[in-house]
Amino acid sequence: MSAFSAISEDIEHDRNEYTPGVEPQPTWCPGCGDFGVLKALKGAAAELGLSPEEMLVCTGIGCSGKLNSYFESYGFHTIHGRSLPIARAAKLANPGLTVVAAGGDGDGYGIGGNHFSHSARENHDMTYIVFNNEIFGLTKGQTSPTSPKGHKSKTQPHGSAKDPIRPLSQSLTAGASYIARTAAVNPNQAKDIIVEAIEHDGFSHIDFLTQCPTWNKDAKQYVPYIDINDSEDYEFDRTNRAEASEMMYETETVLHEGTVLTGRYYVDEERPSYGQEKRAIGEMPEEPLAERYFDDDHEWDRVYDTFLDRHK
Amino acid sequence: MTTDELIWRIAGGSGDGIASTSQNFAKALMRSGLDVFTHRHYPSRIRGGHTYTEVRVSADPIRSRGDGYNFLLALGDSFARNPQENAYYGNEEVKPLSENLDDLDDGGVIVYDSGLLDTDDIPDFDQRVEEHGWHVYDIDLRTIAREHGREVMRNTAGVAVTCAIAGIEPEVIKSLMDDTMPEKVFEPNMSVFDDAYGVVTEEYDADAPDISIPSGSHDEEQVLISGSDAIAYGALDEGCRFIAGYPMTPWTEVFTIMSQNLPEVGGISEQVEDEIAAAALAIGASHAGVKAMSGSSGGGFALMSEPLGLAEMTETPVVLIEAMRAGPSTGMPTKTEQGDLEHVLYTSQGDSHRVVFAPADAEEAYRQTRRAFQIAYEYQIPSIVLYDQKNGGELQNVPASVFDEAPNPDLGSVITEAELADAPHDPSGKYNRFQHGVEDNVSPRSIPGQEGGRYLATGNEHMPAGHISESPDNRVNQVNRRMSKMETIRAELDADGGQRNFHHGPADADYGILTFGSQQGTAVEAVDRLNDEGESVKLLGVSELAPYPVEEVTGFIESVNEVLVVEMNASAQFRGLTQKELGRFGDKLSSLLKYNGNPFEPAEIVEGFVTSIVEDGRLPGHETKFVPAAGD
Ligand SMILES: Cc1ncc(C[n+]2csc(CCOP(=O)(O)OP(=O)(O)O)c2C)c(N)n1
Ligand code: SF4
Ligand SMILES: [Mg+2]
Repeated sequence: MSAFSAISEDIEHDRNEYTPGVEPQPTWCPGCGDFGVLKALKGAAAELGLSPEEMLVCTGIGCSGKLNSYFESYGFHTIHGRSLPIARAAKLANPGLTVVAAGGDGDGYGIGGNHFSHSARENHDMTYIVFNNEIFGLTKGQTSPTSPKGHKSKTQPHGSAKDPIRPLSQSLTAGASYIARTAAVNPNQAKDIIVEAIEHDGFSHIDFLTQCPTWNKDAKQYVPYIDINDSEDYEFDRTNRAEASEMMYETETVLHEGTVLTGRYYVDEERPSYGQEKRAIGEMPEEPLAERYFDDDHEWDRVYDTFLDRHK
Repeated sequence: MTTDELIWRIAGGSGDGIASTSQNFAKALMRSGLDVFTHRHYPSRIRGGHTYTEVRVSADPIRSRGDGYNFLLALGDSFARNPQENAYYGNEEVKPLSENLDDLDDGGVIVYDSGLLDTDDIPDFDQRVEEHGWHVYDIDLRTIAREHGREVMRNTAGVAVTCAIAGIEPEVIKSLMDDTMPEKVFEPNMSVFDDAYGVVTEEYDADAPDISIPSGSHDEEQVLISGSDAIAYGALDEGCRFIAGYPMTPWTEVFTIMSQNLPEVGGISEQVEDEIAAAALAIGASHAGVKAMSGSSGGGFALMSEPLGLAEMTETPVVLIEAMRAGPSTGMPTKTEQGDLEHVLYTSQGDSHRVVFAPADAEEAYRQTRRAFQIAYEYQIPSIVLYDQKNGGELQNVPASVFDEAPNPDLGSVITEAELADAPHDPSGKYNRFQHGVEDNVSPRSIPGQEGGRYLATGNEHMPAGHISESPDNRVNQVNRRMSKMETIRAELDADGGQRNFHHGPADADYGILTFGSQQGTAVEAVDRLNDEGESVKLLGVSELAPYPVEEVTGFIESVNEVLVVEMNASAQFRGLTQKELGRFGDKLSSLLKYNGNPFEPAEIVEGFVTSIVEDGRLPGHETKFVPAAGD
C-alpha cells in the first residue's frame, strides 16, 4: 500500500479546489499577467484530474514566485533561481508526484540559467513555466535577460546595450523535449498547453508571456497574438528540430517588432525521460524511493554485510 | 638501527600507482596482525609530480603519522617534466629520491630504482648518506619488471625488496596480490617479486641494516578504512539513499564512494551542474521524503551557502559534508588545512543555525555521520560533517565490529496520513506544518503526496501552514522556535554522558592541549610522549563543534594552568570559537598553528609545547607558529 494516497486516488477534481479557501488572495498588481498563469494552471490541473496533494509546485523568487502561495497544492517557494534543482530531485525521489516548477525570466534565464540548461538537457519528467514579463518585477523594474535591447530602466538609464536572450532557442539546444510559448492574454491556449506539458514524459518548457503593467509599459499586453499552430502563415513541423528552430528564431525576433507569436514549437515524444534513462542503466529503483521509508517490511542493507569485505 | 616500528615511504610520480601499491602493502600487513596508518602527499596534477605515501606499521595501536620515517622506496616519476637548466620546478625526475631525504631518520634505508634515478643528480648525496648512516640499495627495479612483465610492475619489485630488507614474509604480500589481481597479471608479478627479493638476499648482507618488522596479532577482525569511506558508510547505514554533488578535491572521495555503492542498494546519485544545484537537489529529495546528502570542499561549499539557509528556514533535514583543503580560493587543492571552520559555522545570512561535527578519524567519522543524520532528521535542521584532506585520505585499521550496527532508515520527525487526519489545519485546508508549542519545538513534517498534508515550504518567514508573513508576533515565535532547537540538541548530546568528546592523559595534569577534528590522533601521541618525558599534560579533542560542548570544555580548561590549542590554520579559528562560546579564558589559551599544507607530526606538537609553554622560548623555523595567550 502506498504511503501517499493522494497519488493513487482517482477522483474528479474541480478547478476551485486549487483556490485557497481563505487567505491569501493574490497580491499581484491589477492587470498583472501572473493571474493568467494561475488561472491556466488551475484549469489544467482540473482537466487532468490531479489531486492538489499529488502536485508539488516549486517556485523561485519574484512576483512569479508567489504562484504557489495562491495555488492549493504542496508547494516549495525556494530561493532565487533554484526552483529547478529542488523540483527535479523531488521528482527523482518520488516519481509519482506531478512536479511543476515556475519562476520569472530573471529567475530562470538569468540567475538560474545553468539549472535551466541542465534540467532541459537531462529531460527530467516535469513542467517548467517561466513567467516572461521581460523585466525584474519584484525588485521594481530593472532590466532582465529578456528585456529588449535599448530598454530603459533605473539600472540601465541609457537603455540596455544587450540583446535579449532567446529562451525558446536556448531550450531547444539544451534538450527540452516539449517547448511552447503562450501568453496570459490567451487563457484557453495557455491551459491546453499546460495540460500537454504536464502529460508529456520529459522536460516541458513553457515560456509564458506575462505582461507587467506596473514596470514594463513597453510590452503592452502581448496582443494581438498569433497562434502559430492555427495560423496558415506559419507552416512548420513541430517534431522537426530544424524547422522548430527556425520558427523559434523568428518568434523571438519579431516579438520586439510587435508581433506576438505563440503556440507549440517543439515536441519530441520519442526521447526517454531522465527517470527512464536512469532506471535503464540501473541507477534508479523501480519503486519510488520515498515509499521505502514508510514500508515497514523493507529490508535495509547494512554496510557490514554489503561493502565491508573489500576492506578486509 | 633497531626500531620497533616501520615507517615506510613509497615515493614516485603521480599516476605511477603509488596509492594502490601502498594501500595493498598496508592491507597485507594489517592482515598479518599489525596496526597500520597511512599518510599521503600528492600534487594537484594527474600525470607526474612527486607523490608519496607513508605506511606506518606497528605492533601497538597507532593513530597518527610518525615523526619522519625510516624506510624510503624511491621509484621513478614516469611523467616528470624534462629537466631544464634553471627550471622553476627543479629537476623533477629525481624528486622521489631527492625530496624525501630531509625527513629520513638517521640509520634509515634507501631503496631506489637505479634504472630511473641517478644519484649524481643529487648534490652531496654520498656525503649525506655517510653523515646519516643511511643504508642504500640501488637496484634496477625497472629492468627486473620489464624482464617478467611490464614496467609498472617495478612497484612490485620495490615491495619485494622492502620485504627482503625488513624481514616481511613474502607470503604476506603474495596472498593479498593473489586476492586482488587477475591471474594473468598475478603470474608475472610473482616472477618480478621473486627476482627482486632474490637480489637482496643474494647480493646484500642480510643483517645490515637492523630493521625488522615487528610481529603482532589482532583480537578481532580488522578492516583498512579511510575517513572518506567511513563517512560514506555512516550515511548508508543511516538509510541515506540520495546524494547530489559536483567533484572537488578532497570531497570527491566521499562522493565517489557513495556513487559507486548507492545503485547497489537501490539509491540515487546525481552529479549535477554546480554545488548550488547539488545542495538544492539534496534539499528537494529530502523534502519529498528521502534521506539525502550533499557536500563539497570549501569553494563548492561557499556556493551552498544560500541553499543551506533555505534548509534552515524551511526546516528541511539535510546533511552536508565539508572536506577542507588549504585555502583561500583554490589554495592548495591536495594539501590539508582546517581553515574552513568559521566558513562552515557562519556562512549564510541571518540568524542561521546548524549542527557541526568534526570527526577525528575513521571510527568517529562513521559514528558522527550517523549522528549527523539522526539529528538532522529528528530536529529538521541541516547537519554538517567537517573533515579534511588529512583524515579523509588516511587509511587505518579499525575493528570490523565497529560497523556491526543496525541500519537506521528512520525519517525522524514526520507525520503519517493517519495522524494527519486529526492534525491541525488552517482554514484553507493546509496542514500546520510549522506549529508553535509542539514537543521540542519540532513540528512534524508531512511529505508531498500524503493526503491531508499539503503546506507551503518557503524561505520567506511564514505562518504555521507556510503562508508568507511579516507579522512581528509570528516572526518572533518562529525565530524562537527554530533557534531553541539548538539548545534541545545540546541537551540531548550532553545526556549521552556529558564527556562526549575525546579525553586522554592524566586527569590531574597541570597543562592541557585542546584540539579539534583530525589533529586528535597526532595530539594523543604527543601527549603520551610529553608525559613520558616528565611533563604533566592532558588532551581534549573536540569533535562536536555546534552546539559547542561548553560545560565539558570549561571543565577541562578550569582544571589546568594553561592550555595550548593546536589546529591547522593561520588564524586560530578554533581557539576563537572556544573563546566566543565560553566568553572567557583569553589569558589562558595560546595557539600552536600549522598551515604549510602538511599535517602536524607528533614531535612538532611536543616541541611546540616544550618550547613555548614550558620554556617560554621561541620556535625555530617556520613550520609551525606559536601565538601566545592574550595579555601573556
Ligand atoms: C540571490 C538573490 N539575488 C537577488 C535577489 C533579489 N531579487 C528578488 S526577485 C528578483 C528578480 C525578479 O525578476 P524575475 O525573476 O523576472 O521575476 P518577476 O518578479 O519578474 O516575476 C531579484 C533580483 C534575491 N532574492 N536573491
Ligand atoms: S510588478 Fe509587475 S509582475 Fe509584479 S505583480 Fe505587479 S504587474 Fe505583476
Ligand atoms: Mg520577470
